[in-house]
Amino acid sequence: MSSCRTRCLVSESGIRIRDIIDAIEARLLTQPSHMDRLVLSVCGADLMSDVLAFTKAKTLLLTGLTSIQVVRTAGVVDLAGIVFVRGKRPSPEVVELAEAEDLPLLVTDYPLYEACGKLYCLGLKGCSELDPGGRTGECLTSGT
Amino acid sequence: MPDVRDVGALMSVTYDIAARDFVRAGEAANKLKRLLQQLGLDPAVIRRAAIAAYEAEMNIVIHSYGGQIKVDITPESIEIFCEDSGPGIPDIEKALQEGYSTASEEIREMGFGAGMGLPNIQKSADKFRIESAVGRGTCLQVTILHEAGE
Ligand SMILES: Nc1ncnc2c1ncn2[C@@H]1O[C@H](COP(=O)(O)OP(=O)(O)OP(=O)(O)O)[C@@H](O)[C@H]1O
Ligand SMILES: [Mg+2]
Repeated sequence: MSSCRTRCLVSESGIRIRDIIDAIEARLLTQPSHMDRLVLSVCGADLMSDVLAFTKAKTLLLTGLTSIQVVRTAGVVDLAGIVFVRGKRPSPEVVELAEAEDLPLLVTDYPLYEACGKLYCLGLKGCSELDPGGRTGECLTSGT
Repeated sequence: MPDVRDVGALMSVTYDIAARDFVRAGEAANKLKRLLQQLGLDPAVIRRAAIAAYEAEMNIVIHSYGGQIKVDITPESIEIFCEDSGPGIPDIEKALQEGYSTASEEIREMGFGAGMGLPNIQKSADKFRIESAVGRGTCLQVTILHEAGE
């Protein structure tokens, strides 16, 4: 059993999707250029209202839902990407919309808890740790 | 197609929202967000407006018979007016409580029905007004100031 070692892959500007792929053995479902996208924090959620209320800019969402609404929600709050856990694959329409919105989609076979745990071990923080006491609507970074 | 008119300092855009159309649900809020980005508004303001519009849009899709979202952008604020044609909310106070939801299992499977939409709208808004009449419909007015007093 490997323990939780912080490998400190996370720099000031975050971590690349390609390092996320290595850590949770994920597959990228969208265009290869998404490999170099940056992620600053991670959120695991199956409720869209929670995603809206608690994520920050450049947050990667891990979720068990594969509905098109996850992509719409991601667009509203500018998520850095979506990871579908437990090997759940979205429909082609969902992937198509994500491509049109330029949103990286990934799939991993790990369940939600394990995938989150592995990313936490990389040094990636949760949204509340990034901006303690921050209220809804505050933006961590400026510009997009 | 939204109708965009630039009337001097005021810009107004209207989106039609169809009931139960889960493929297009969320499109209006995403379009609004892009429009606000094109206008070069503050990212934190855009985020609050997009969240409020999206929650309101989803409520119209999920809970109503269909409606409209009209957004006025003035030098001071973003005003989001939502109107639908029923069925209305019998107990508004209850509907505003965190966790209260009448959403079906089908809706929950899509990631909605946490009963957090109206509270999220309130948190995002500088001013918030809701009116509803059973059998007639629900009106929502959300004001987001460009310079929130913080
Ligand atoms: N436009 C509307 N027409 C009729 N009923 C509504 C409308 N908007 C909200 N409601 C009622 O108010 C309740 C609470 O709304 P709210 O948006 O807070 O939660 P929700 O939509 O059920 O779940 P969530 O928004 O977290 O996905 C709804 O479950 C519904 O009963
Ligand atoms: Mg709602």
